[in-house]
Amino acid sequence: MEQSKLPQTPSQTIGPYFAYGLTAVQYGYGFSSVIDNIIANEAPEKDIIYVTGNIYDGNGKVIHDAMIELWQADAKGAYVKNYEQELLFKGLGRYGTGTDGQQRFVFKTIMPGMVQGQAPHINVTLFMRGSLHVLYTRFYFEGDPANENDPLLLSVEPQRRTTLVAVKTNNTEQQEYCFNIYMQGENETVFFDL
Amino acid sequence: MDDMITNVQPPYLYPEYKSTVLRSPTKPLLIIKENLKNIQLPVFGESVIGKYDSDLTKNARKDHDPIGERIKVSGKVMDEYGKPLRNVLVEIWQANAAGRYIHKEEIHDAPLDPNFLGAGRMLTDNDGRYTFYSIKPGAYPWGNHYNAWRPNHIHFSVMGHQLTHRLVTQMYFPGDPLFEFDPIYQSVPLHARHLMVAKFRMDWTEPEFALAYEFNIVLKGKCQSIFE
Ligand SMILES: [Fe+2]
Repeated sequence: MEQSKLPQTPSQTIGPYFAYGLTAVQYGYGFSSVIDNIIANEAPEKDIIYVTGNIYDGNGKVIHDAMIELWQADAKGAYVKNYEQELLFKGLGRYGTGTDGQQRFVFKTIMPGMVQGQAPHINVTLFMRGSLHVLYTRFYFEGDPANENDPLLLSVEPQRRTTLVAVKTNNTEQQEYCFNIYMQGENETVFFDL
Repeated sequence: MDDMITNVQPPYLYPEYKSTVLRSPTKPLLIIKENLKNIQLPVFGESVIGKYDSDLTKNARKDHDPIGERIKVSGKVMDEYGKPLRNVLVEIWQANAAGRYIHKEEIHDAPLDPNFLGAGRMLTDNDGRYTFYSIKPGAYPWGNHYNAWRPNHIHFSVMGHQLTHRLVTQMYFPGDPLFEFDPIYQSVPLHARHLMVAKFRMDWTEPEFALAYEFNIVLKGKCQSIFE
């Protein structure tokens, strides 16, 4: 017999004022932060990648009050099990889009490895004023041949797959990938029902 | 069972809350297969919590206690099967007693309290319980419609041990007259709104010190974690 379930706590919007609670150090408030945008603290320079992007609303306007979290495996495809801020590789990052000059999110990390036959990817969790729910998505990396056989990517209708692929930028000073998120419109990002 | 009855979540698009119009997905969400969605999140250690993080009456105190009605809020974090979840990261933020957020873009004409920040965090204990002290937040206007005011609320961010255990919500106080005018509260189906309202707990109050509220949190799905 199926056990009776408790009703879930309903979701509500993160609202416009999360910064001093959830990303205090980034925004310069007098409180500590336990998750920031440095996902990999120390790695050889050649392994460091930067992940950036903008989040766009249905009018194509950049959203400057969103909070994004990334969660990824390490280079060998293993997820961190116990989180401490001092870890060299934390796997977990968080950033608000209100402090960068171009209102982007910016993360410093390393390329994740394959996870159980899935192409290298980073899980994305997104919150913003005007969104009543947590939003889930993930992104892969442009040019990775493993993308062709990724079970999740293959389950997306072909014309929308590119919305889940971060593009290598032409920044020559560092390895940089751009993953823009579109809430609506022609390029609407594929969001997940988990 | 009837989906209308079991669904407790708000829709993505709720036009009465105007900002949802341009910020909610218009295409159906991608259903993720069972074997791809059981992604574990890390377990947080005590090192992420500072000494006064769970006492908002103290963690920004400069020379006086913050102004307002002192409250204690406590509750259990569980999965849908009632299993208590320990080491869950619970983060909170709120307005002060006058209804003013410390956020730089907040322009509501109400005073800041130099002894109050309004942010805190804690980890749930072995019984899945969290507890914090604070000041009862005031209502504030927000411009969604003519003379719109938010009911008193405390924002919660909850991060459990798997990706589906990620919840951001708001805790309300019982009997608030603004419920019937607030589209954010009303975005949740009528039968489920009480799940966001804390219970007043006379038996938890601390004499001559603080009133007390209970707010339990149920996260989606079954806990798969090997740490539990
Ligand atoms: Fe609020």
